[in-house]
Amino acid sequence: MTAETAPFRPIVPDSQPANDTPSYGSTHLRHPARPALRIPQSITETTGPAFSAAQFPPMADLSVPNGKQAQGERIIVRGRVVDENDRPVPHTMIEIWQANAGGRYDHPGDQHDAPMDPHFHGGGRVFSDADGWYQFTTIKPGAYPWRNHHNAWRPNHIHYSLFGTGFGQRVITQMYFPGDPLLALDPVYLAVPDKAARERLIAAFDIGVTSPEWALGYRFDFVLRGRRATPTEQA
Amino acid sequence: MPVATANQTIGPYWHLIEDPTWADLTRFGAQGETIVLTGTVTDGGGNTVADAAIEIWQSSPPTSDSFPAFGRCRTDAAGAFRFTTLKPNPVAGLGNARQAPHVAISIFARGLLVALTTRLYFQHEPLNETDPVLALIEDAARRDTLIARKTADKSWHLDIRLQGDNETVFMEF
Repeated sequence: MTAETAPFRPIVPDSQPANDTPSYGSTHLRHPARPALRIPQSITETTGPAFSAAQFPPMADLSVPNGKQAQGERIIVRGRVVDENDRPVPHTMIEIWQANAGGRYDHPGDQHDAPMDPHFHGGGRVFSDADGWYQFTTIKPGAYPWRNHHNAWRPNHIHYSLFGTGFGQRVITQMYFPGDPLLALDPVYLAVPDKAARERLIAAFDIGVTSPEWALGYRFDFVLRGRRATPTEQA
Repeated sequence: MPVATANQTIGPYWHLIEDPTWADLTRFGAQGETIVLTGTVTDGGGNTVADAAIEIWQSSPPTSDSFPAFGRCRTDAAGAFRFTTLKPNPVAGLGNARQAPHVAISIFARGLLVALTTRLYFQHEPLNETDPVLALIEDAARRDTLIARKTADKSWHLDIRLQGDNETVFMEF
């Protein structure tokens, strides 16, 4: 058994949100009422799709989607993709999407009365390098109202989707910004039971990532579910 | 050791990263038995789920430059999705078990903080009787929530119910 097909370790308790989260209204009719069926990990669970930059071209600068500058505060996000064994996950695809600086998505379903930006779409894609590092440039997304409850506002956030090396590593999440007062009021963020696990969804301002005379920098790392055995551990 | 990053909902605006061609897993020129998989997604109130991302992943046929073995499709206003792919073959299970041909399905949507995962099996497949995952489900009616029915030559259909009567069997591992 190689490390690439070894089964995944159990999910750490309270590190993931439950779908039955009453404070988030859209869950009411969408969360299953019955417990999930526990299945053994076979090749279907331990392997997964591979995406090449040739077939899925990177789009690493969301701030200039059509040759013109988007409105807003330009930022750089840089970080590393590792697994729970603290090993880098190289050459893995990261999908990115977000609202514009005014807090509105370039999406027909978003009717928030905030201005559209003709020079911002909000979709991107990057790959980690050989050591798991990734980086992209964008503008800081705005907060927006979302009608979950009276005066509900989503904190500033960027959406991410990662695949890793197996079906069990698939993750879709949101990155938040440090010091955002809306985090304490947000049912989506608060749905993660463990406080430390929640706070790992908050990027860190990083002067080392910040580019002089150009853009503020944030550091944000992803951790994908670890496999049970590594060749080192077996030795 | 670090702990895996928490999931958060895909939300209603994930279409910003959508590429509709991903619903056709044969688009890179895959050769084999081409099939169509359709389905619908409904919630606990019987309403159609019109903003979901449905992903499929199959461990057979193996991934190659011509076959990504992975696809993504939106649900439309009627809660419907449609994939074109290659028919999977049986694959190994644990020990000496052989698994019936199946496709792994993930459902991401507003209102789901973590993806729901399940499997699609094919009606009239003899190996379904001995499949080690189907065998874990004692109630035949529950087991049937995973069996796509054949609707035409090389076409199968599966209705996914997130909650309530006849709720789909979702899985964890």
